[in-house]
Amino acid sequence: MIAILTRPEFIASAISFSVILLLGTLGELLTERAGHLNLGVEGMMLLGGSFGYYAAVQTNSLLITFLAACLGSGLGALMYGFLTVTLRVNQNVTGLALTMFGAGLANSVGSKVAGTTTPEAIRAYFLYQPFHIDHPSNDFLKYINRAFLSHDLFVYSAILLAFILAVFLFRTREGLALRLTGENTAAADASGIKVTRIKYMYIVLGGMLCGLGGLYLPLVQQGSWTDSMTAGQGWLVVALVIFVRWHPIKAIAGSFVFGALSILGYYVQLNPDLSAMPIFNQYIMSMFPFLLTIIVLVIASARKRAWSGPAEIGHSYFREDR
Amino acid sequence: MTLPSDQYGALAFSMRGISKSFGSVCANEQIDFMVRQGEIHALLGENGSGKSTLMNVLSGVYRPDCGSLEVFGKQRFFHSPGDAIRCGIGMVYQHFKLAESLTATDNIMAGLSRTQIADAIRSVRQAADSDGHEDKTAAPIRSSGYRKNWKSDLVRRFASRFHVEFDPDKPASQLSVSEKQSVEIIKVLIRGAKILVLDEPTAVLTPQETKRLFGVLRNMRDRGCSVVFISHKLGEIMELCDRVTVLRKGRSVDTLVVSEVDTYDLVERMVGHKVELEIARPDPNPEHEECLRVDSLSYLDEKGVRKLSGVSFSTFYGEILGVAGLAGGGQKELCEVIAGIIRPDGGAIAVDGESITGLSPRSISAKGVSMCFIPEDRLGMGLVASMGMVENVLLKEYAFQKGIFIHSDAARSKSEQIVEELDILTPSISHPVRLLSGGNIQKVILGREIHLKPKLMIAAYAVRGLDIQSSYTIYRLLNEQKARNVSVLYIGEDLDVLMALCDRILVLCQGENMGIVDARNTTKIELGQMMSGTKLEVLRSGVDYVSNR
Repeated sequence: MIAILTRPEFIASAISFSVILLLGTLGELLTERAGHLNLGVEGMMLLGGSFGYYAAVQTNSLLITFLAACLGSGLGALMYGFLTVTLRVNQNVTGLALTMFGAGLANSVGSKVAGTTTPEAIRAYFLYQPFHIDHPSNDFLKYINRAFLSHDLFVYSAILLAFILAVFLFRTREGLALRLTGENTAAADASGIKVTRIKYMYIVLGGMLCGLGGLYLPLVQQGSWTDSMTAGQGWLVVALVIFVRWHPIKAIAGSFVFGALSILGYYVQLNPDLSAMPIFNQYIMSMFPFLLTIIVLVIASARKRAWSGPAEIGHSYFREDR
Repeated sequence: MTLPSDQYGALAFSMRGISKSFGSVCANEQIDFMVRQGEIHALLGENGSGKSTLMNVLSGVYRPDCGSLEVFGKQRFFHSPGDAIRCGIGMVYQHFKLAESLTATDNIMAGLSRTQIADAIRSVRQAADSDGHEDKTAAPIRSSGYRKNWKSDLVRRFASRFHVEFDPDKPASQLSVSEKQSVEIIKVLIRGAKILVLDEPTAVLTPQETKRLFGVLRNMRDRGCSVVFISHKLGEIMELCDRVTVLRKGRSVDTLVVSEVDTYDLVERMVGHKVELEIARPDPNPEHEECLRVDSLSYLDEKGVRKLSGVSFSTFYGEILGVAGLAGGGQKELCEVIAGIIRPDGGAIAVDGESITGLSPRSISAKGVSMCFIPEDRLGMGLVASMGMVENVLLKEYAFQKGIFIHSDAARSKSEQIVEELDILTPSISHPVRLLSGGNIQKVILGREIHLKPKLMIAAYAVRGLDIQSSYTIYRLLNEQKARNVSVLYIGEDLDVLMALCDRILVLCQGENMGIVDARNTTKIELGQMMSGTKLEVLRSGVDYVSNR
């Protein structure tokens, strides 16, 4: 088992897999920092993935691919924002609706490009590995190279983004305004912060990040579109945000753990001794991330004080409320 | 008027013909309210008279249905609280608006623009220069290198200009109530507020803290700021304010110079008719028949802190037994143990000689014990805020009804009766109690408990936050209960009221019974001594302890 966990190939694919979760977590984290729980992550990931992949196949342009992914997921998030911020609809119900709506729309967009693979022109961008060492001089470097340095620019950008968001949240005035909005919207409003603008902005931005995460799956990892291909990863994100306690840097580690668990099954299958054991059955293995999710939620509810998120999550704000 | 006339020439703001209604409730009707620069102006009115609504209009929280607002000579229309604060109007709300998990500094700095920060830094520097401080304190706050704590530095220095103190690095959840209030005040002052509005700021403060707050407010007035002080405590208005505007039932009645009126005058204007400020005290039932008996009751809270230790006493039918003590002296726990909400660690409780120790709240209440506990937020205990009166009355009865269906007819007529008897202002008995004013909510709780026809009635902080008129209604109701031979346990904060209303007074200090005195033959000094931990038998053990002081 330990042999599997320390294999450089395993670590490398865990990292590559966790990028999807990381971007989703960062996005959902922003949304929740504004005091809104968006359960539609799964839907927004699929929207971003399908719109982006469709654009990639149609245009061969990386820029348009990214823009399309942001457009798809951003529109989903905007809808959520309009319903929950302006119309003050229940956030949970709206998020669930977005998941279903997003999956439906994404699958119908995706069906137009079913059976294609990622165009070579796009694929080429993701073959570039900026930190890859061509001729590692010793075994240690070889290992590091294989595990950590052989990723595309997208992966490193996502990790860099986590650090940028941490600085933004805890060091800038705008970040403080966002945090106050999520902790006490009435206080933010009374302090002269434009709370509606903040909420819309970070709900949509968060949605776009989820969409970019969702894009990585068909565009790079799988290289083709399959219906509802996120297969529950959007739900992992919702738990991950709690697991990392709304902190962008912890999100890097958190999504790595969940990413590793998600692909563990595949690597266990490669080892006949382990895969013969009933507990390492591939179906049981695929449950592991969700088991961890349940454990995380139990810990979170047992240690309410330290694990409670922004206080306004789930509440709608109406200024003239009595 | 003692103020020199040149100090109040110009108007700070004027509100004219302001109306605001919520559904069918008209909270403000054609109100005029004008405040000058450099004065402390009181806004006086009973609960539900529209004070808070008017100030929420001023601070941009509510948009008025009609009326106009002029601030420093300019016509304004506020779309948000942000607009109001940019015009120099700073509001300190009764229920503080702070993010509990953020530090005081973060709460204050959030939403400040770069220019506002620059202004704050400049004002701190100027103050340091003019006070002739050493170079060290006058040094630039944002020195060349990046300093992590320049923000808390700025907040601390800015606060000290107004003689306000709190730890800027503590999260708001760890600040005391008065510190939270200080944070709120600094929050609006650092935004350049020239008009400071405080909604019932003294309701949660101790006398010492109130005194300190008054100092801060006078200091602000002397700097030319205007202060609007919302209160219904007449003594404070007489002590602090220059002028007073009286509101009654959503209309402005009068604006007066405080030094030219007396309290009786103000009460009459506020209520609309003369009010008797004496509390009647009918004689207790002379038979001294025991109702509740509490024997060496002890209770440790979940943190292991001893809240009650060896408390013993009895109450009699047809008598009001008062309980006095400093905040947190075990009064709340005493009530909750008797009502069965928490379990005692030792001791026995009996009603009519029958033990009720360890019974569930419902069976205790079936034995004729009823409790009316008013927590600080009024709605926390006893009522379901989003339900109407009928449902709230039913809460106490449905369990004893027969069959599977709820019978609400009786509750409905009972609610109507309560509304009529206690003069509760509500559009209908099914109106959610959350939307009623504080006084009316308290009357609903009390009315419901009275209608259960209890043997023992526990009234804890029953007049908390109430205005004069409603408080006296509640005293009258308690006296009626006493006349009906109910045994009343009254937990109060105001010593004057305890001494005027109760027959005997029990003093608790850190969960211990300091003794029971006859309310007719005691002094505030004696009660004060007992509240700070001197037992009655020590006080009266021959040594003339009191008069020696």
